[in-house]
Amino acid sequence: MLVEKRKKQPTEIPSSSLADIAFLLLIFFLVTTTIDVDKGIGLVLPPKGETKEVSKKNILSLLVNAEGKVMLGDQVVDIPMIKSIIKRKLAENDKLIVSVKTDANTKYRYYIQVLDQLKQANATRISIAEPEQ
Amino acid sequence: MKFTKKSKAEAGIPTASMPDIIFMLLIFFMVTTVFKEFRGIPVRLPAARKIEKLPGKRNVAYIYADDRGRVSIDDKFVEISEISRIMYNKMNDEIAPLRVVSMKIDERANMGFVTKIQEELREAGGAALNVNYSTKTASK
Repeated sequence: MLVEKRKKQPTEIPSSSLADIAFLLLIFFLVTTTIDVDKGIGLVLPPKGETKEVSKKNILSLLVNAEGKVMLGDQVVDIPMIKSIIKRKLAENDKLIVSVKTDANTKYRYYIQVLDQLKQANATRISIAEPEQ
Repeated sequence: MKFTKKSKAEAGIPTASMPDIIFMLLIFFMVTTVFKEFRGIPVRLPAARKIEKLPGKRNVAYIYADDRGRVSIDDKFVEISEISRIMYNKMNDEIAPLRVVSMKIDERANMGFVTKIQEELREAGGAALNVNYSTKTASK
């Protein structure tokens, strides 16, 4: 039996479109990549049972009530005003501790706004008092 | 004045190595791509301006808490009283010990509830005291 020999075909993978395929994949991954970093306000909580005595004149109390109204020292202030007031007070007394006290029904949003203001004023000594029940 | 014309140099970008370059980029993006992983409950984060970035994701514990008083850690609902134990276990994890606790709390949650969580973190002590209140970036 005579079997005709097949013609030898050139065996080659077409590589001319390789770059296009790679490009397509590249664009896909470029688009889907989300380099999302978590960001937020950092704070170090005091360990359990640690209480420090501090002199009264270094403490500035900051009260936030359930409606988000803020009382700084003995005056009612708007939240965006806190930054400048604290900055001024810190310039007078760098040992100042801001004691943030909230109501149990205060919304977390106001607390973060207040903390943000304190951080913007570069207040590092922040004390978090337990909310009033 | 007469200028001698420069000889026309061959002006072509070598394209032979282009696939290699593209492949390299491709592999880079493949490796760095994180398909939005979401472990937790939907929360509306508050906005703030002075914010810090969290260092990496490995040593971070995420606590989700919404306005209805539900707390979720690692895709599971937990009771508030369990938090300190969970955090303590995370701190003693050998592969990725806890360094920062990221608190993703809904902006409508009450402070009484937030404080209860914080009390649990204080109970755990150590690295669990390093909290980061997760926020959005506020528009200027």
